[in-house]
Amino acid sequence: MKALISWIDDRIPMTKTWEKHISKYPAPKNFNFWYFFGSLAMLVLVNQLLTGIWLTMHYNPTAEGAFASVEYIMRDVPWGWLLRYMHSTGASAFFVVVYLHMYRGLIYGSYQKPRELLWLFGMLIFLVLMAEAFMGYILPWGQMSYWGAQVIISLFGAIPVIGDDLTLWIRGDYVVSGATLNRFFALHVVALPLVLVMLVFLHIIALHEVGSNNPDGIEIKKNKDANGWPKDGIPFHPYYSVKDIVGVVGFLFFFCFVIFFMPDGGGYFLEKPNFEIANPLKTPEHIAPVWYFTPFYAILRAIPDKLGGVIMMGLSILVLFILPWLDRCKVKSWRYRSMLHRINIAQFIVCFIILGVLGVLPPTEGRTLLAQITTFGYFAFFVLLWFYSKNEATKPLPERLTK
Amino acid sequence: MSNAPVDAGRRRFLTWTTSVVGGVGAAFAAVPFISSWTPSAKARAAGAPVEVDISKVEPGQLIRVEWRGKPVWVVNRPQAVLDNLEQIGDKLADPDSSEPQQPPYTVNTHRSIKPQLFVGVGLCTHLGCSPTYLPGSFAEQVQGVEYGFFCPCHGSKFDMAGRVFSGVPAQLNLAVPPHQYLDDSTILVGVDQEA
Repeated sequence: MKALISWIDDRIPMTKTWEKHISKYPAPKNFNFWYFFGSLAMLVLVNQLLTGIWLTMHYNPTAEGAFASVEYIMRDVPWGWLLRYMHSTGASAFFVVVYLHMYRGLIYGSYQKPRELLWLFGMLIFLVLMAEAFMGYILPWGQMSYWGAQVIISLFGAIPVIGDDLTLWIRGDYVVSGATLNRFFALHVVALPLVLVMLVFLHIIALHEVGSNNPDGIEIKKNKDANGWPKDGIPFHPYYSVKDIVGVVGFLFFFCFVIFFMPDGGGYFLEKPNFEIANPLKTPEHIAPVWYFTPFYAILRAIPDKLGGVIMMGLSILVLFILPWLDRCKVKSWRYRSMLHRINIAQFIVCFIILGVLGVLPPTEGRTLLAQITTFGYFAFFVLLWFYSKNEATKPLPERLTK
Repeated sequence: MSNAPVDAGRRRFLTWTTSVVGGVGAAFAAVPFISSWTPSAKARAAGAPVEVDISKVEPGQLIRVEWRGKPVWVVNRPQAVLDNLEQIGDKLADPDSSEPQQPPYTVNTHRSIKPQLFVGVGLCTHLGCSPTYLPGSFAEQVQGVEYGFFCPCHGSKFDMAGRVFSGVPAQLNLAVPPHQYLDDSTILVGVDQEA
């Protein structure tokens, strides 16, 4: 065995890589609950890849056959229903863990120097994930697949001059049609997963280069023992690999509950109109995107101008990319930052959640007003942050990790 | 190996020219990939014009025909509705059809070639949902207007000439497709009327 390992190690850095990234990767010793969601996102990614590959074995990516083939998977393919529900629930679970993962980064300042690039890779993952989820939702070719695609693609039509030609190019037809379905299938199962896996790889390499942040937001690399090992660091394996398994068990408890007892997620993970085949001549009564898009969708609707709405929606995502440069404070974690900062984060989260709820509801005058107020709150977070973070009254940082 | 001294300028020139030529090649190689996303010959053929028999459309009735996969409405408007169109200009965002949402031969109050018969693309100009025709019950949406179209997606409202009411998400009037009368009872959707 030893001989085999050394034979491999002479040809590829296997042991070195294992040690660098797993068994001798120093992780801060005070990781809490919020640190489960990175590894859970990886778990869900693996779930999506595996179940996705198996679904393509039975799925038919044509306008004529897609809807029927999904029903075929549900009824005739042995365990097909489970594969599909694991995949559809996995899509929502992906966004649950990614949103919580982003929240963690937000409160502990994990996006700050020197982790800007790590944050950017993470944001790109989020962007690709949204594209992946959108295109995946088209594939069952139900009413919501069709009309959701119609709405989202027509957003590009708001772009002046090239808008109409661009939407025609994206659809490959004068309307959303089989041509659109086919190309989205190709992107959903081949192109975007490749990009996604590559970005996840870069995200982890970037993380391991700069080291993990922690709830105290202080660098453990500043305090090293004689061997160069951070005094507040513990090896990722076995300490955090074991801890993450606990997270996995807890996660699977909820995940399996949804799969087995409410696979449509109460109409939020799989919307009811999508159990009816796509009909280009009949719009469903109320078109709402899947829950994970609704905060951004509510921002789109809050602006009473098409181009303006599209711009604001785009900005609401783009502004997250530049967060590392908007926050000019040197202290990372909200534990040691000002009350103003904590309140700002709190109002941001409240606005985000309210926008998310408004996005699934049909618009009324009062709701539109509320959406406008919360859209303001959403953007105010970033503007305020930029102003107060320069000279923020922070608490003194401890020398070593607390707990 | 020659021992001649390195000519840095020449090397830079060659690096740049190679990059530029390679870049041009890559740009041309991208053409088939990008063009393959444009509508295929089959899709373009399916987008051909459609003939519609209008002889059986009763006053107040709306029929839908499919043109390029879009719902095209043909509505026979009663005289009362036509009279109403003249009076509601102040409630509309673009009462005079100044935005290019219709062929020039339908720029008038009723936005059609013949006053009674409205031909329009039944897709909301906000985000492409298909509005609901509310004959006689539109007054719930806009007071004093009995007939109109209401979009169930985001609440946009249109009058019986497809003109958008102000203060709703849609900013543009419903599109009027190119069309012409072949004879009194047939129209052709998809081809402009000859001048």
